[in-house]
Amino acid sequence: MGWNEFAFLLRGLQWTVALSLVGFIGGGVFGLAVALARTSGQPLLERVTAGYIGLFQGTPLLMQLFVVYYGLALIGLKLDAWVAVSIGFTLHASAFLGEIWRGSIQAVPRGQTEAANALSLHYVSRMKDVVLPQAFRISLPATVGFLVQLIKGTSLAAIVGFTELARAGNIVSNQTFKPLLVFAVVGALYFVMCWPLSLYGAHLERRFAAASR
Amino acid sequence: MGGNVGYQLDFSVVWDALPSLLWACLGTIGLAVSGMLLAIVIGVGGVMLRDSRFKPARWAVMAFVELIRNTPFLVQIFFIFFALPLIGLRLDPTPTAILALGINGGAYAIEIIRGGVQSIGKGQIEAGLALGLHKAQVFRLIVLKPALRAIFPSLTSQFVLLTLTTSVASAISAYELTSVAQQIESNTFRSFEVYGTITVFYLVMSWLLMRVFDQISRRYFSYPVK
Repeated sequence: MGWNEFAFLLRGLQWTVALSLVGFIGGGVFGLAVALARTSGQPLLERVTAGYIGLFQGTPLLMQLFVVYYGLALIGLKLDAWVAVSIGFTLHASAFLGEIWRGSIQAVPRGQTEAANALSLHYVSRMKDVVLPQAFRISLPATVGFLVQLIKGTSLAAIVGFTELARAGNIVSNQTFKPLLVFAVVGALYFVMCWPLSLYGAHLERRFAAASR
Repeated sequence: MGGNVGYQLDFSVVWDALPSLLWACLGTIGLAVSGMLLAIVIGVGGVMLRDSRFKPARWAVMAFVELIRNTPFLVQIFFIFFALPLIGLRLDPTPTAILALGINGGAYAIEIIRGGVQSIGKGQIEAGLALGLHKAQVFRLIVLKPALRAIFPSLTSQFVLLTLTTSVASAISAYELTSVAQQIESNTFRSFEVYGTITVFYLVMSWLLMRVFDQISRRYFSYPVK
């Protein structure tokens, strides 16, 4: 494996980073909506979002990508593979982040909401100024943990046929006949992305545990 | 062929392939259960090594856990698939997938089990030793069972994840639901119908698994503490 092959892997790495970012940001926006709907107090909204979360948590990510990928084609949308997998990861992330953030919103002590109501704050202000800032801090370790899951999960775009890091590894491995070396390098590249995040998440968790003791 | 399939959903190919899809569900369950058992063995063994007095063993376990938890399963299964023949092991794709699932699940199990072991007070262990119990007995009776109760929820949700992860084993053509579905899809071009259907199968399987774990938890771990 020479420099050219390594450069090819690095280009794949760029796509992995891009996919992870799109999934995380898109998933974050929709995930917040899911979390708010899930804790809205409206039975219908809560049940629909609970079903949405259950659907994504109860099926393999690979199937979610397949169904979105072929489902979009079926309704006549001829999308680039890149757009299709981005939509897949966004939906996936929105369900998981929605569930993490639902838990964090509900973990904010009830008295906070009651106090906000007593001050006659309206819903937006109660959420934006009182509940969500506190929920954000509670959710941070789990959110970072999910980001690691998401980065690793983007490797499944390879099976759908999108050339990110894992598929770039597959291609190089087929060219060089050195699968062990290539996949060790690919694994190392994922590790370099994920490990610092994992350490940061563990650090946050320890700090949070110490603060709430 | 296949160019003009599009807007008319046609589930008849799925219906025709139903027997092989249902058999493949058993393949998935077999893969998942074997992977879980191996993960438990690796998890318990790993915790014992992790907390042993032999420093290199501790470091090795820590490195193993971090390595597995911070790389994708797809890369791990490819690596194992290509590494086994080099150390003289010729395994079929399905046993290879079980090994990869066990190793992956084992790394998570080590962390979860260790958390449970640490939740057991030192005084409990000392009391056990003072009563003249053997070290292995202390581990089994005083550490393991209460720890098992403490870790049961996180361990079992990890196992549900492991069950869903079995679909990635299709990348090395292990016998399970996704790879059988891929064969049917490549023969019929009914991608959405085939994958949509097996998505529902996965949903049912993970739901059933959660019910089973819930029943076990009620049966064995519902005794009162304190």
